[in-house]
Amino acid sequence: MDNKQLTQLTEYSWKIEPYGEMRVPAIIYADADLIDQMDDKVSEQIINVAKLPGIVSAAYAMPDAHWGYGFPIGGVAAFDPDNGGIVSAGGVGFDISCGVRNLLTGLTLQDIEPVKKKLADSLFRDIPAGVGSTGHIHLNKKEMDSMLEGGAQWAVESGYGIPADLERIEENGRMSGAVPSEVSDHAKKRQRDEMGTLGSGNHYLEVQEVVKVYDINTSKVFNITEGDIVISIHCGSRGLGHQIGTEFLKRMVITASQHGIILPDRELACAPLLSAVGKTYLGAMRAAINCALANRQIITHLVRKVFKHFFPEIHLNLLFDVSHNTCKLEKHIVNGKEKQLYIHRKGATRAFSPGHEELPTVFKQSGQPVLIGGSMGTSSYILAGNTGNDVLSFSSACHGAGRSMSRRKAFKTWHGRQVTDELAERGIIIRSPTSRGVAEEAPGAYKDVKAVVNAAHYAGLARKVAKLQPVLCIKG
Amino acid sequence: MNYRKECYWEHFAHEADIGIRGYGNTIEMAFSQAATAMIAAICDVSKVKPMIRQDIYCEAPDNELLLVDWLNELVYAIAVRHMLFSQFDVNIENSCLKATAWGEPIDISRHQPAVEVKGATYTELKVNKDSNGKWMAQCVIDV
Repeated sequence: MDNKQLTQLTEYSWKIEPYGEMRVPAIIYADADLIDQMDDKVSEQIINVAKLPGIVSAAYAMPDAHWGYGFPIGGVAAFDPDNGGIVSAGGVGFDISCGVRNLLTGLTLQDIEPVKKKLADSLFRDIPAGVGSTGHIHLNKKEMDSMLEGGAQWAVESGYGIPADLERIEENGRMSGAVPSEVSDHAKKRQRDEMGTLGSGNHYLEVQEVVKVYDINTSKVFNITEGDIVISIHCGSRGLGHQIGTEFLKRMVITASQHGIILPDRELACAPLLSAVGKTYLGAMRAAINCALANRQIITHLVRKVFKHFFPEIHLNLLFDVSHNTCKLEKHIVNGKEKQLYIHRKGATRAFSPGHEELPTVFKQSGQPVLIGGSMGTSSYILAGNTGNDVLSFSSACHGAGRSMSRRKAFKTWHGRQVTDELAERGIIIRSPTSRGVAEEAPGAYKDVKAVVNAAHYAGLARKVAKLQPVLCIKG
Repeated sequence: MNYRKECYWEHFAHEADIGIRGYGNTIEMAFSQAATAMIAAICDVSKVKPMIRQDIYCEAPDNELLLVDWLNELVYAIAVRHMLFSQFDVNIENSCLKATAWGEPIDISRHQPAVEVKGATYTELKVNKDSNGKWMAQCVIDV
């Protein structure tokens, strides 16, 4: 990124002063190297976000920010409904409530080493992954509405998991304010065969080893120690969320001028929070959040069944479940006053700091677990929301590594087989229905997740707690 | 793929997603090539047999919105019918698109689909005719 228009605030934060139609400044959290690697489109897009009506304080870009559509991926922005604030379908993204869930196994690498290959085969067989894969659960109209209303709570009531799982999911597993009747028949039809499926692209299920603990006290609260085996599930609201995103992006493009909104770019399509379109979108988007929470809960159930077969004595407990494509109503202090704001996080993780009233008791002192996915050959990280990040980023942190190379270039650079073999030499087993998919997701096509996580840590957004190394990966 | 004949398609780089672009002597050809480019982001189009028919209808206030609608109708058909498509016959009149797509059910081992298209976006969305009368239709698809 051309850093001429940036003012460096600290070693890890940069500011673009408001000019032209910008209503607030733009702030980017990154070190100088990450800024160097960032596409110019990130600054262009974050500047555009700063022009939207009702934006509060600043438009933020996280250390993993990259070129998205409308909002950059890694973008955070808060809007005040009482001041003409808007909601943007592009500001949430197509994969509504895409997120990461982490499960604790209580096992070590030694425990799984003898069955590693069989475990990989069983997980690959039992967890539907990839384009065109279908789930084992087919919901009728009434069940679909109950799922959209109840999220992971619905899943637990339907036998997928236990009540104790719920307190370890954002919103206790159920996003309130969901309106299933605002979700189109098309969106529901698209979801018919997709409950409990992982999807494709950068979505995965990984068995990982905790290779380093940075913060002993917090790791005790999170119940992780070096050498532990954990499981990460990365997926979202599947076809239902994609269809809602598609439909509302169009509606917001068409209705923007009726609301007196001049869009700097059509892809920033949005509607006032208090308008009919805005309210309808919020109802549908919250239903999609519940769909994602139910989906990750069903996949958890499938993973538990596989692990039970190999290790009958263990139970997989949840560490936590975070979503990184959302718009949520939250209380924040702005200029000394408490405000109810709609926080868009697109490719950004909510990261409530210690003491936050919405945190479950177990995390009150540590702060919220923040789960950061790497690429399939590289590390993932567990962080914790940091004190003071409400002022820095409306309690938000990064979400992953972010690509450094396009899919097309990656496909031309690597062969799927070669990537799988190289990872196997390092002890990492890959199972995927598509070798082209593996090539496009090659570790070398992603930015260095370590640099992203360090920037989030030193910028004060979230504290590093542990580093995870993949052992086996199921790729859609 | 990117050969100079009257209609063709290509991909263009986008950091996280994929840019698709179709060219043709008519807007219909450009739309049909853009659809081929989208399928090529998922798999090798030459491996998709045009056996089963899918009719598509959509309308939009302008050509650019119509392109996104057309691609999104295909994304929907791929998702709910579990199919991939390789041939397209597109007709456009007064911002109304009537098309037929031919394809077959997804065969994971033969098609090796790499990504699922979540939707066509308004990013880099352009539909225009150059001074030689050649049409171009492009946008970024979210994968």
